[in-house]
Amino acid sequence: MLNNYLLYVILPTLSIAAILVFVRFLKGPFTLDRVVGLDFLINIGIGIIAIYSVVTDHSAFLDVAMILALIAFLGTVALSYYLEQRGKQ
Amino acid sequence: MTDVIIMILTSIGTLFILIAAIGVLRMPDFFLRLSVTIKAATLGLGFIMGGTALFFLEFSVTAKVTAIIFFLLITAPVSGHMIGRTAYFTGMKLWKGTVLDELKGKYDRKTHELTSDGDHAQEGNDPVDEL
Repeated sequence: MLNNYLLYVILPTLSIAAILVFVRFLKGPFTLDRVVGLDFLINIGIGIIAIYSVVTDHSAFLDVAMILALIAFLGTVALSYYLEQRGKQ
Repeated sequence: MTDVIIMILTSIGTLFILIAAIGVLRMPDFFLRLSVTIKAATLGLGFIMGGTALFFLEFSVTAKVTAIIFFLLITAPVSGHMIGRTAYFTGMKLWKGTVLDELKGKYDRKTHELTSDGDHAQEGNDPVDEL
């Protein structure tokens, strides 16, 4: 019951959300839009990993989610800092 | 019983993330997109992580989930603020329906410093370079 619900309702909904954000990631008129889109894509990936760890009953996948959250923060801060310093004189 | 609670928690979280994704796609302005993303994604992920912790009910998993939620709560405002600051400095256009820009003229565009008076007021919101 729970597995089927997660597998056939929650995971497809998260995938639809990821596709919508990916459209913005491809379209985004500025680089900063792409940075925000990438950050949000990684966040959705963390959610998908958490749901997947429930479905397969392996709690070890949550380590991957933790590292992914770290890397998303680092990437966002590095990109935005670079873009800010580039416009500085 | 636990299954029902997990289903409710993950459903709420997924709904928040889906609404945030629609907002990212449909909002007319960069700043509106940013404000939609950060808050809703953090809340939705918190709900999903709560459901995961409730499913396993082990100390190690709960500690991991708490660490992830804590980390998200710390880092999301920081990264959101940094992106918004960068966007304001590089002259990102505001939406035409924007009513109030409280930072207008308060920032020195060259040195990126905040001033309380309007000495460094710069008219025009032209981008520094093509982003």
